[in-house]
Amino acid sequence: MKTFKIFLTILLVMGFSELKSYEKNNELKNKIFKNIRCLICQGQSVYDSESDFASSIKLTVNKKINDGMSEDQVYKFLREKYGDWVIYDPALNKNTYILWLLPLLLFLTGGAIMIKKLNFKK
Amino acid sequence: MLASQIGYYSLILGLIFSIYLCVISIKDFHNSNRNISPNVVSLSFLQLTFVIISFLSLILSFINSDFSNETVFSNSHTMKPLFYKISGTWGNHEGSLLLWLLVLTLFIFLFLIKSREQPKKYRILTLLFQQLIIIGFFLFVLMTSNPFNYLYPIPLEGLGLNPILQDPALAIHPPLLYLGYVGSSIIFSASLAAVTQNYISKAWAQHIKKWVLISWIFLTIGIMLGSIWAYYELGWGGFWFWDPVENVSLMPWLTLTALLHCILVLEKRGVLTSWVVILSITTFTFSMCGTFLVRSGILNSVHTFANDPARGIFILIFLFILIFLSLGIFFLFHNESNKESNNFFWLSKESSILVNNWFMMYFLSVVLIGTVYPIFLDAISSEKISVGPPFYHKLISPFLAPFLLFMAFGPKLKWIKSKIENKRSLTIFMIISVTLTFLILKNITTDLLFYTILISAAFFLFFTTLKELFFKGFNNTSQLIAHFGFSLFILSILFNGILSSEVTTNIKVGEKYSYNKGEIFFEKIKEKKKSNFNSIIGYFKVTNNKGRVVELNPEVRIYNQPIIITSEADIKTTLLEDKFLVMNIVKGNEYFNIRYQEKPFMLWIWISILIISLGGLMSLFKKKYEN
Amino acid sequence: MKIKLKLITTLIFLVFCFIIFYKGLNNPNIYTPKMNVGKNLPTFKAQDFITNTNIDSEKVFAEESYYIVNIWASWCIPCRKEHSLLMELNKNKSIKLIGLNYRDNLDNAKKFINELGNPYMQILIDKDGTLAIEFGAYGVPETFLIDKNKKIIKRFIGPINKEILEEIKLIVK
Repeated sequence: MKTFKIFLTILLVMGFSELKSYEKNNELKNKIFKNIRCLICQGQSVYDSESDFASSIKLTVNKKINDGMSEDQVYKFLREKYGDWVIYDPALNKNTYILWLLPLLLFLTGGAIMIKKLNFKK
Repeated sequence: MLASQIGYYSLILGLIFSIYLCVISIKDFHNSNRNISPNVVSLSFLQLTFVIISFLSLILSFINSDFSNETVFSNSHTMKPLFYKISGTWGNHEGSLLLWLLVLTLFIFLFLIKSREQPKKYRILTLLFQQLIIIGFFLFVLMTSNPFNYLYPIPLEGLGLNPILQDPALAIHPPLLYLGYVGSSIIFSASLAAVTQNYISKAWAQHIKKWVLISWIFLTIGIMLGSIWAYYELGWGGFWFWDPVENVSLMPWLTLTALLHCILVLEKRGVLTSWVVILSITTFTFSMCGTFLVRSGILNSVHTFANDPARGIFILIFLFILIFLSLGIFFLFHNESNKESNNFFWLSKESSILVNNWFMMYFLSVVLIGTVYPIFLDAISSEKISVGPPFYHKLISPFLAPFLLFMAFGPKLKWIKSKIENKRSLTIFMIISVTLTFLILKNITTDLLFYTILISAAFFLFFTTLKELFFKGFNNTSQLIAHFGFSLFILSILFNGILSSEVTTNIKVGEKYSYNKGEIFFEKIKEKKKSNFNSIIGYFKVTNNKGRVVELNPEVRIYNQPIIITSEADIKTTLLEDKFLVMNIVKGNEYFNIRYQEKPFMLWIWISILIISLGGLMSLFKKKYEN
Repeated sequence: MKIKLKLITTLIFLVFCFIIFYKGLNNPNIYTPKMNVGKNLPTFKAQDFITNTNIDSEKVFAEESYYIVNIWASWCIPCRKEHSLLMELNKNKSIKLIGLNYRDNLDNAKKFINELGNPYMQILIDKDGTLAIEFGAYGVPETFLIDKNKKIIKRFIGPINKEILEEIKLIVK
């Protein structure tokens, strides 16, 4: 009886974690869909769009993830086919250093100016 | 047809009045009277009247479906319901420009009658600067965007309006939004006028504060309405997409909020004058930039109006003339008084406002750079990239936690020099916040560290403002409410993001779909015919694991003019969560694709923004109360 | 002096912005990608239109010749217009045409071919549009010109017209 209970518990836990990993898989796929631009729509992601292109992309991404591709590999694949424009998260490359670093630079500069101007003496 | 003629000539009259107003107010400037000549105020009123007449003429043309008017033809249809015929007036490029003119002329008139105790020369200069903007817009409308173009032969039917835009929230969204950011024109004009008169002072701050508050409140609510509309109509339960047009409404809001805080310092201590002038200029500049970016076709977005580069060039030149002019005036006339070269003590209210500016300018730079960088990159190297939500989230989120903490500490500091009081209660709140957050989060999210820091900071602000509200009476109520609202806003968004769940599936009538939290039963469909569309309504019963049943009826609408298919989600809202079901037809099948989402605390996102606006509203009426 | 420096830098910065925005206005905003030109032909497996058997891309593009890959569908109106030009292109001995039937109903597609003629050496079925994605296409019609080294050398978005026809003929001479 005891072994049966243990066996059942293990099965349940496995099933539960299968479900959890299925959920995680879905979450991952949705995360990717939200990051892909629907190229024939006006400013919508593939997640938000019901167009032909969007459905095809969703199917393709589904296949690639199920085949074991990682998130970054999926983005790389799409970038190769359609250019950087198709992914909403701008890659960090020579084109986008200024994009990513300028705000931080401004923050630090602002901070430096402020510290100079503030009076820290009692 | 007659309405169009009246509308057109009213515009021309309005322009003539502008020029005449400039002439006689310059004369008035130089004479020795203590007050503005009543003629000036009357003329301003007349100008406003003619713009109103022009605006009403356009509305009338829309109501009558007068297709001899090109704008009406392009944007309306006889079968559109009356309410949307009216709101269609400002839902297009030409009509929205009439709205710009309406708010511009309205605000300058209201300013003139509400500022009688202010120095005469300052008021006249404000009028002149505002007229400069008004003339620019009259020229823009008459030369490139005339709402009263005549079409012959007269078409029998219009081209209709996008059915996605036929929505009540969207109908009021432009007018409220415009009152916000077009209203900032008066702050722009008044600041320039005050700079030339060396009038940037405590007295001026007290006077201009209500205009800043009015503009800020309308802008906040206007942006909120746009988000609410997006949530109910567009996309699948999203309410902010970091779309370029959304960003250009957010940027003036950021500068306006920073300006509001600086005005408070200027009023109490007479310092931060440069900040105030520069922020006034940038707020209106961003409003105009918004107009440029949305209408010129330079950006790709869900919202863009007609893509017409010729219009873009006009606005671009007009915009830069205003920028050069205003910065020129600033550099020429602005004198920083001696007081300001005294450094602030690091622990004081003044410095906390400075820190606020620092963070706000950072957030502004993220939104600004994210929005315009693709344009720059494309122009320089012909490379096209996209900048979307992941960029903004990654750069803004890490800075929110310290920002929330500063929001909690800053208002407690005294002017000039301060200590941190009540260290014990603050520490207790901090411990409560972190513990509470950790206990809530540990089972429900994987990004534990990140969310714990962020949510604890939000809770800290939440508890400290709540405590002050209950124990400190009526001092600073408006500020406390606004900051409390903001903490609630961040908490709602974060918990909504962490706890939301969704399932997507294809299902046909009579089927049941089971998932981990319950099951969805597709009971039946009904077909209905309305005046301008046919609809298919799906009847769904969603049962959760505890046995609770919710009925949801999403709709698919097939419009006939133009032929567009839209999905209308059915959303059941409670204080605790929204249940969101949307349905789409799958081509050539009896199957429907459905997406069901559970979104906790959605309503609190809107409530918290209203609370923030309430804080602003209370500040507006505070003086009257205290007097 | 400090103020003059600030003024001048601000001025230069503003003029720079103006120029960029002005240039941006005149740029076409439509995404016309030069992507995939110079890239290798993708490898894939697909179903043949007529025999319904699965085929490897290597078998489809086995010969050393110029290939045209044309994405079409029976529900696509511009595809009808360009079809006669494709028939003419087929007469050219140096080119082999491969058709990709995109997101279509098999019966309707067969009717389309019977009615307007079959210029394709082989037609592949792309029922869910995923094959078009392997090519980097996003709509219908699109046409790719592939050289003898199996590289994509030209990409045409939208229906081909007489000028494009001449251009292709010139390249494959």
